[in-house]
Amino acid sequence: MNWIETLRTAWDAVRSHRLRSILTMLGIVIGIASVILTVGLGQGAQDKVKDQISALGSNLLIVSPGSSTSSSGVRGGFGSASTLTLQDADAIGDATAVPDVAAVAPVTSSNTEVDTTSTNWTTSLVGATTAWPDVRKRTVSSGRFFTAKEVESGAKVVVLGPDTASELFSGPVSPVGQTVTVGGTQLTVIGVLASTGSSSSGSSEDDTAITPISTAKALTGSTSSSVSTIYVEARSDAALSPAYQEINALLLNLHGVTADSADFSISSQDSLVETANATNKTLTVLLGGIAAISLLVGGIGVMNIMLVSVTERIREIGLRKALGATPRVIRRQFLVEASLLGFAGGVVGILIAAAGAQFLPGLIDQPVSLSVAATLAALGTALALGIGFGVYPASRAARLTPIDALRSE
Amino acid sequence: MSREIVVALSGVRKTYRSGSIEFEALRGVDMSIAEGEYVAVVGPSGSGKSTLMNILGCLDVPTDGSYHLGGEDVSTMTEADLAVVRNRRIGFVFQQFNLLPSLPAWRNVELPLVYAGVHRSERRDRAVEALTRVGLGDRTDNRPGELSGGQQQRVAVARALVTEPDIILADEPTGNLDSASTEAVLGLLDELHESGRTIVLITHEHDVAARANRNLTIRDGLITADEPVMAS
Repeated sequence: MNWIETLRTAWDAVRSHRLRSILTMLGIVIGIASVILTVGLGQGAQDKVKDQISALGSNLLIVSPGSSTSSSGVRGGFGSASTLTLQDADAIGDATAVPDVAAVAPVTSSNTEVDTTSTNWTTSLVGATTAWPDVRKRTVSSGRFFTAKEVESGAKVVVLGPDTASELFSGPVSPVGQTVTVGGTQLTVIGVLASTGSSSSGSSEDDTAITPISTAKALTGSTSSSVSTIYVEARSDAALSPAYQEINALLLNLHGVTADSADFSISSQDSLVETANATNKTLTVLLGGIAAISLLVGGIGVMNIMLVSVTERIREIGLRKALGATPRVIRRQFLVEASLLGFAGGVVGILIAAAGAQFLPGLIDQPVSLSVAATLAALGTALALGIGFGVYPASRAARLTPIDALRSE
Repeated sequence: MSREIVVALSGVRKTYRSGSIEFEALRGVDMSIAEGEYVAVVGPSGSGKSTLMNILGCLDVPTDGSYHLGGEDVSTMTEADLAVVRNRRIGFVFQQFNLLPSLPAWRNVELPLVYAGVHRSERRDRAVEALTRVGLGDRTDNRPGELSGGQQQRVAVARALVTEPDIILADEPTGNLDSASTEAVLGLLDELHESGRTIVLITHEHDVAARANRNLTIRDGLITADEPVMAS
């Protein structure tokens, strides 16, 4: 008896118990659909983060003040001492020392209350230079950004993020030309930034107020030349790695420290993506694990029904044996029947997952990206579950002696 | 008349063990059946009739003694080998018909051919031919539920015939039938006998046994009488 005959016999059996077959498949269907959707959601979240971060500029390096070690050997936490200065930024901007750098944007950053005559709003006040829009890939939607001259003179001007602008100036009046007060100093709004267009991680990007770095220092009463972060744009994607090396060497030299006691850290978008992905991966593995357990339960359901089926069809098995079916053929028949249930459940599960991937993003505002590899793996798993959990019922059917099987009522 | 011996049993014993209790169902049966014979095995229930039927049908193996079927010693074969022997040499007709309710008549008839590895296109032709032979050529696509008891048993006879087996083994084939259907099925067996088939009929009804040309009487696990039936 060849495989096609076995498959036909199994198909007849599955079809003649339609309701039962459907119910048996249901466990596999739910398991496969949830595994595929969970993995798809995880993948979607990773893609989303990647997109958001690369939208900020993929050639970006971020130099942050690292932990500084005091003389007593106590390591201060992040931001406890700003070890980066404007001089560092200027040095990085020096084309001869660091040829792979295209632009440098040092920023200071602090949380400040911004007042208008009618309302107030606490936002992140960023002191920046004219290179900032280029390096951070931001544009101004109305008005203009400040000029180098304004940076030099410490002009009392501010560019608002779109969210900040709408919080402070509701109504039809354009914020440009209005004045806001920060720490008793009046600043003129000269522009509003375009939105980064992303909602989840973009909120802080859109809720901000940018002033010339000199103005920001005056507002916060800081006299030092320290900065919070230095954003560096490399010449190209390929220049990212050499730029990293050059900046690292330059700053180690300038600060007179060794790599082990470095008082700064340089991260790229890639490392940010990696961090975000690690979090997503943990969640995906967790949820995928739960889904896999439901798949296992589905497999046990297949075994349960196959055992019932063997008991119920004991006369049929006896007859088939009397007519010449060897134990091997009987075992194969039940095994194929179980795998058919698993496989069909897998196919239906994939269809449901594909449908879910269509309407779920609209429902929960999360993208779902289905991968062919994950889908094929799920199908393989469904088939393997059918075979794996079919082994025991099939060998029970094969072991029945024909007389006992024929005699049973 | 030197016809070939198809079935040869010598000293066949069958002991069933249930816990510490042993029960000897067959206590040394010697018998032989030649090609083309129509033999009825008669005996009351509990006589060992069913056990003999199981052994003749290779559904069970003797505890002791030898059984040659078509020249092959089948008394020591494994279940897998016995399955092949059953498929090639024996056609079964059971009291309860034992048709698969989900399959149409012709697919029930082709089942032994499926296990014999016969090609699909040939199977259907042979199944329809066998059904035509038992007078059901117009019912090939009916499921068992759509057929009368007598018709179902004729489908079962067609299934027994389809592989051209060495012997047809009928175990109380008329036990579940009314008298009209009984007559039809027995008439069919008569016809098969006339066309040269070897038939072994197991029954406890003497008027059914009278249709055969040789009666073996079994009692308490032994053959007690072996006599030809006088043509009436």
